[in-house]
Amino acid sequence: MADQTRKPKPKQEEEEARVEETKAEAASTEDLDDLLDEIDEVLETNAEDFVKAFVQKGGQ
Amino acid sequence: MAIPKICGIETEYGISIRDAVDFNPILTSSLLINAYAKPAFKRVKWDYEEENPLRDARGFDRAGPESPIEDDSGLVNVILPNASRYYVDHAHPEYSSPECSNARDLVIWDKAGERILEDSIAAARSVVPSGENVFIYKNNSDGKGNSYGCHENYLMARETAFSSIVKHLTPFFVTRQVFTGAGKVGAENGANACDFQISQRADFFEVEVGLETTFKRPIINTRDEPHADPEKYRRLHVIVGDANMSEISTFLKVGTTSIMLKMIEDGFIADDYSLREPVRSMRAISHDPTCRTTFELEDGHKLTAVELQWEYLRLSKKYVQENGSDDVTDKVLGLWETTLEGLESDPMQLKDRLDWVAKLSLLEAYRERDGLAWDAPKLKMIDLQYHDVVRSRGLYHKLASSNKIQRLVTDDEIDWAIDHPPTDTRAYFRGECLRRYSDKIVAASWDALIFDTGAEPLRKVPTLEPTRGTRERVQALFDASPDASSLLGKLSG
Repeated sequence: MADQTRKPKPKQEEEEARVEETKAEAASTEDLDDLLDEIDEVLETNAEDFVKAFVQKGGQ
Repeated sequence: MAIPKICGIETEYGISIRDAVDFNPILTSSLLINAYAKPAFKRVKWDYEEENPLRDARGFDRAGPESPIEDDSGLVNVILPNASRYYVDHAHPEYSSPECSNARDLVIWDKAGERILEDSIAAARSVVPSGENVFIYKNNSDGKGNSYGCHENYLMARETAFSSIVKHLTPFFVTRQVFTGAGKVGAENGANACDFQISQRADFFEVEVGLETTFKRPIINTRDEPHADPEKYRRLHVIVGDANMSEISTFLKVGTTSIMLKMIEDGFIADDYSLREPVRSMRAISHDPTCRTTFELEDGHKLTAVELQWEYLRLSKKYVQENGSDDVTDKVLGLWETTLEGLESDPMQLKDRLDWVAKLSLLEAYRERDGLAWDAPKLKMIDLQYHDVVRSRGLYHKLASSNKIQRLVTDDEIDWAIDHPPTDTRAYFRGECLRRYSDKIVAASWDALIFDTGAEPLRKVPTLEPTRGTRERVQALFDASPDASSLLGKLSG
């Protein structure tokens, strides 16, 4: 009897955990989007020309 | 018993000016250093007398220079209050850290170097023509076949046979890139094409052992220039490393290598892990961000880089157990272990730890959001800007300030290290002499200070023992010497 009442619980926990995980994933994606937005603001806009012009003398 | 692994890192920084016509990197590097260095320190000359980069650890001097190099070393060359050297080398601004006694301190003084470059840009702003904007990158390649170095130096006992250094260090260097790599979009220098690779430098290594540093680069460099008592010491000059932004990458790079060198000095490594093709394996490992590539040992065994690193970790733990440890070594061993676990299960887990993984994960995020192919210029821009030393625009710094990258040291420690030498190596003596008596010092180098007190001939004070000149040893001497003459009197007395 005790088993029967307990049994559904792990399932519920599992589900809760899954929901938490999805939430965490969503938060982390949102977080990442924010970071990329922030990086967009500082990233050189004319990447192609900038990268092309970056030529160094060989060193050690 | 192995000698203390006094260590330092010298970094040639990439330099560029936006929209500049006829950009002269030597001139701009000089300008940065001149703008940064304080006048009292600028008049102290660097003393070249003891330098001979062509002396070979295998026991001979080379006949001539390795290539016709542009003579830019005499242009600007200063010693900073933290006992580091800041100068122009091979058309790059170079910061050579002061001698440190352990990997954690070296992370701090290496980071101080980044801040010094960042501060130099600010200091130079008043003298650079308007509209121009100087960019400094702590990386190792322009993506077009030109590489510049980030070299580590370690104090070694002279009596250790160079052949045993070559034998045991080569497989270690070929494989340590899985945690020391700074990541790079694409391949160079005739290497097979790839989208992304682990190391900035791997494509540039062409031979196993040699003296060269600017072409035909060797995995083990034989330069024999100890900057210390040559009878007792050698300075192992390591040129295979990437310049790291991640504090953990630098810490692991220096920490694991220091333990390896101690084991080599003590003859602790009995097994032979010699690789059949070290140069090819180095590139192959770098070109595989899944870390699954195998290579063959001379005895026919096939291993991955991570598997061989597990062997070195196992040996290191045993060595430390038998010979004693300290806080820094314990931390190195712990991080080494969890890093290898991460690399083994899924390298991308380490995006908050290692440079190459952090960079790759950022590139993948951009590829997904913007639908970019690997040859998109924007990805190369992200690769480059990851290394920008200016904190408001450098992408490593963006990750760090958003807590996406773990740190090991504090900003307070780094700020302190900009103007102060480490206290437990001879760097302390150099730094304190310059701080107290710079008007009486005419020249200095790693292993000497030359005083001119006016009254007598120039006096050279050798500093041939890297473990001496510590605060513990010389604080009382300084306290009792209000001026340079009294210091010199006490030193000769």
